[in-house]
Amino acid sequence: MSINVLFFARYAEAVGFDSLEMEGDFATVDAVRLALASDPEFAVLNESSLMCARNEELCSLDEPVQAGDEVAFFPPVTGG
Amino acid sequence: MAIRVQADAFDPGAEVNAMHAANAGVGAVVSFVGYVRDFNDGRDVSGMFLEHYPGMTEKALAKIAVEAEQRWPLLKLEVLHRIGALEPGEPIVFVAAASAHRQAAFDACAFVMDYLKTRAPFWKKENTPDGPRWVEGRSSDHAAADRWK
Repeated sequence: MSINVLFFARYAEAVGFDSLEMEGDFATVDAVRLALASDPEFAVLNESSLMCARNEELCSLDEPVQAGDEVAFFPPVTGG
Repeated sequence: MAIRVQADAFDPGAEVNAMHAANAGVGAVVSFVGYVRDFNDGRDVSGMFLEHYPGMTEKALAKIAVEAEQRWPLLKLEVLHRIGALEPGEPIVFVAAASAHRQAAFDACAFVMDYLKTRAPFWKKENTPDGPRWVEGRSSDHAAADRWK
């Protein structure tokens, strides 16, 4: 299955781009994260304060994912 | 309920006036305006850039506003947030709640700001004499949001 992964703010700077298409079998958002974080280039995804969203809604790491989903990883938000 | 995410500047006074302009049933308007400061975490700040997550930003703000409308008897609720480049002294965010009586407006305004701070996908990058730096999230913001649970 194919998942569209987005990175924002400091995370996008750390990995060097703001989106990528991933192919593979992922049960949850955390499975997507772990598949990426095994590569040192994505070490920022191991931060304990990481936030994530699935299809433009905040979610927890154990959120299930489906083919075609958009999954986003980002640091704690700082608006307002 | 009105949600606006925009690069353009806005006039907080005009926004407040519009909160009760067409509704004489409004007895209370409580508003909050957040401004860019010229100093933060020990460094001068000459400006900032506000990044966001287009699409999710509007949805996240609308979800917060809907929850506020479910919790308090509001007559009007407005959330306005700037994106892009901002200078010290400029308004970043405007939240206003209108109701018949003050307590609902006070509480709803504080609730929306507390949730916006922890759930809306905005990120501030400040320009300092040492170069640009991302603003870090604050644990006190999470404590503020938790009081509404």
